[in-house]
Amino acid sequence: MSEKEYIYFPGCSLEASAIEYDMSVRKVLAALGVKLIEPDDWSCCGSTPAHSVDHVFAAAVAARNLAIVEKMGASTVITACPACLSAFKKAHLRMKKEEGFKKEVNAILDEPYNCGVTAKSVLQILVEDIGPKPVAEKVTLDFPDLKVAPYYGCIINRPPEIMEFDDPENPMAMDNLMTSVGVKVCDFAFKVECCGAAFGVAKRKMVNELSSKVLSMALDAGANCLVVTCQLCHQNLDLRQGQINNTMGSSFNIPVLFFTQVMGLTYGYSPQELGIDKHNIQAEGLLKTRRPVEERIKEEQEKAKAKKPKAKKAEEEES
Amino acid sequence: MRVGVFICHCGNNIAGTVEVAKVAEAARMMPGVAFATTYMYTCSEPGQEEIKEAIKREKLDRVVVAACSPRMHEVTFRRTVEKTGLNRYFFEMANIREHCSWIGEDKELNTNKAIEAIKLAVEKAKQNKPLFPAKFKINKRVLVIGGGVAGMQAALDCADGGLDVVLVEKSPSVGGMMARLDKTFPTVDCSICILGPKMVDVSQHEKINLYAYSEIEEIKGYVGNYQIKIRKKATYVDWSKCTGCGACIEKCPSRNAFDYFNFGVAPARAINIPFPQAIPKKAKIDAQFCRQFIKGKCGVCAKFCPVGAINYEMKDEIVTEDVGAIIVASGYGLIDLDKLPEYGGGRYPDVISGIQYERILNASGPTSGHIERPSDHAEPKTIVFVSCAGSRDKSIGIPYCSNFCCMYIAKQAILTKDHIPDSRSYVFYMDIRSPGKGYDEFTRRAQEEYGVQYIRGRVSRIYPKGKKMIVKGADTLLGTQVEIEADLVVLATAVTATTDARTLAEKLHISYDPHGFYVESHPKLRPVETNTSGVFLAGACQGPKDIPASVGQGSAAAAKVLSIFSKDTLESDPQIARVNTNICVGCRKCIGTCPFGAIEEQQLRDGRIIANVIETVCAGCGICNSTCPCGAIQLQHFTDNQLLAEVNALCLT
Repeated sequence: MSEKEYIYFPGCSLEASAIEYDMSVRKVLAALGVKLIEPDDWSCCGSTPAHSVDHVFAAAVAARNLAIVEKMGASTVITACPACLSAFKKAHLRMKKEEGFKKEVNAILDEPYNCGVTAKSVLQILVEDIGPKPVAEKVTLDFPDLKVAPYYGCIINRPPEIMEFDDPENPMAMDNLMTSVGVKVCDFAFKVECCGAAFGVAKRKMVNELSSKVLSMALDAGANCLVVTCQLCHQNLDLRQGQINNTMGSSFNIPVLFFTQVMGLTYGYSPQELGIDKHNIQAEGLLKTRRPVEERIKEEQEKAKAKKPKAKKAEEEES
Repeated sequence: MRVGVFICHCGNNIAGTVEVAKVAEAARMMPGVAFATTYMYTCSEPGQEEIKEAIKREKLDRVVVAACSPRMHEVTFRRTVEKTGLNRYFFEMANIREHCSWIGEDKELNTNKAIEAIKLAVEKAKQNKPLFPAKFKINKRVLVIGGGVAGMQAALDCADGGLDVVLVEKSPSVGGMMARLDKTFPTVDCSICILGPKMVDVSQHEKINLYAYSEIEEIKGYVGNYQIKIRKKATYVDWSKCTGCGACIEKCPSRNAFDYFNFGVAPARAINIPFPQAIPKKAKIDAQFCRQFIKGKCGVCAKFCPVGAINYEMKDEIVTEDVGAIIVASGYGLIDLDKLPEYGGGRYPDVISGIQYERILNASGPTSGHIERPSDHAEPKTIVFVSCAGSRDKSIGIPYCSNFCCMYIAKQAILTKDHIPDSRSYVFYMDIRSPGKGYDEFTRRAQEEYGVQYIRGRVSRIYPKGKKMIVKGADTLLGTQVEIEADLVVLATAVTATTDARTLAEKLHISYDPHGFYVESHPKLRPVETNTSGVFLAGACQGPKDIPASVGQGSAAAAKVLSIFSKDTLESDPQIARVNTNICVGCRKCIGTCPFGAIEEQQLRDGRIIANVIETVCAGCGICNSTCPCGAIQLQHFTDNQLLAEVNALCLT
């Protein structure tokens, strides 16, 4: 397989509270022959606090990192965190569009950013650069009982004019990726509903209410697991699931996995290697059902055989 | 040469930001100018009289009026000049209003610009040659494109006025969108009952030649003499034999064809007649769904047809018709449901469009007028209507209002209550737009007498929960969020231009706006004319429009055609290209560039091949003029010498 190389920006939470997201991203991309290079001396992307105070400051904090990537001679940086992605894209697009803004931002920076770096999510390069076929080829294990509700959250593809990826109302990238690795996906109506985001501290009850709606909609849709692309969504849905149960009087016990963890599981990695044991809601029950993918293929062939005579009969009747 | 210059104040429109007296003074100093004056309103009757008197008194032989755009008053002043015996092309106009006083605030700069504009016009006027229009006979037949209510009205009015009418309809039956409606607002009378008689009149009028299931292939010619090629699409049924008995439809084994007439509410047969009142009531086969065409074997309809009308070998046929004028009434389209993903459009079966609901309400529709929702055919008790579904939404490129949705939503909500007395209807709206006669009373009736809940606010999301559709939105009057558990959601989908509106416009040489709606010649004063003479507009192809407005425009367009056909000949515009036979080398470059096919080869008596302009076809665009390598072909009134005189006046003096 041809070796691909990307500059990879982990961001703060993927080094701490969501370290398992980082672990699974690295495992899956390594399996697909992708080499990740972490830029030296990367710093905070600005996150929510920066842009709620000052837009020039927020862009400068993000652009400092983009300037480092630019100096490395790369034109693309990838990140798993949708908030980092959003910060990079916003800073890049506004600096590219408004010369005055660019000057203001660059005046703060030691090294100017010349608008030569495109930020992409890990999900985007999996879909666009690697593609469903190589992704599927690495699958060794099958989950017959797993049915996931793909939950994208609010910012990985919105606003569309900034994020420039997938459908803003009914995204399909993660649905298709999960299908590629042989995982059953349910038709989930709340793909982009709000989980409550960073209001968990200020307005805990509201976050619990919103997140509980996402969880109950996933159960209604027939899912037994949520897959997410955002560690903040993960925190609200997994870490706070007990809290949700207390606030709402519910009894949710539904595992929430990063999409890279699900991919890693189908690639044969152990739950520990992918950091699944770090989650609040354990997925052990589901994980036990893993089996070699050959078994499924055999099963499908048998089913197809059984179906064929029936189909023929129907055709005869029709004519 | 004695040029007279008349500078208009246009009230304060020009005099407010241009020092007109100073401009007149400068004009008097220009070479060749014998007289210059200013006037409050040059276009007024005394203003025109002054021009006429000055021509006689000062013995003027060229006239320049510095005023508004020539699009406003060039014709007026040409006529004034002509009345004194001068050739009308000895008149020039300098636009010092739209190009000068209206757009600049600096009085000194404006004054200088006005002087320069007049300098150009004076030099051009001095170069002008007398031109004379030719007369040509007109063919008093009219083509009407589109057999909806606007097109039918236009066709009937023209035919009643004694004209031969060629009516071309794209679909298998006339009737258009109105034939699909159940009831019409605000009278709630049956749509097909009032349209049906018109449809019958169209089919029976001896002056109307109807081409149903046909499209415009090519349009050549000019006002008075058009040659139209019409593509009669293959129906695979010989309509001269078909009696419309319906035996073929009953037996057709392909039961999953798309029902275009019902907007896919229920499947149709591959051979079908769109609706019981269709005119002509003839069957046609949709080849893409027909087993005979897909699998190469079936032939059931041919077997059962009692008159042997089925012909699987039928091919499209091109027919030619000559007409003198064209009325375009090609109608409108609707935005696809899947362009509205926030409402679950195209994703959930119980989110439907207004026109689909109209078909469900209609007694001749797929549910025989019983309201049932598509997913499980259950009778809905709670129905939510969402207005402005796509309309007034810049983010999807539809900033305009779709005109009639507020009204038909009120109508559909009223009808819903009539059909299902224990139902509840909700309407999410941005504004209620009901400015027509009796319209506002109607929307009030929906609210007050029929108890329709109007919620001012937009819907953010629609998603399924069990058998219900949850509609989440804002009530901006109460300042709260609302969630409604609905059984059925009806989206008032935005009106768009038809998908082939742009292609048709290019065939007609008429212009369209960024949304694909055809542009009228003047938004207020020439609402049914286009900038191509001989082509008129009617109905929603010009912009979203309800039935009375469409009918009104249909009649107006017919009146326009009858008016130009009241003469036997028309004058051709002499501002066309002309070839200097002494200079032309016969390179044929002009023939290749002419977009109108107005240039042909001509052999002179000495055997030389040269270009020849067909006077009546040339539109005077000037492309050949700039293409000609030796300057042999010149656009009259805009010759190289005339334009260079202007350039020299501006740059060399």
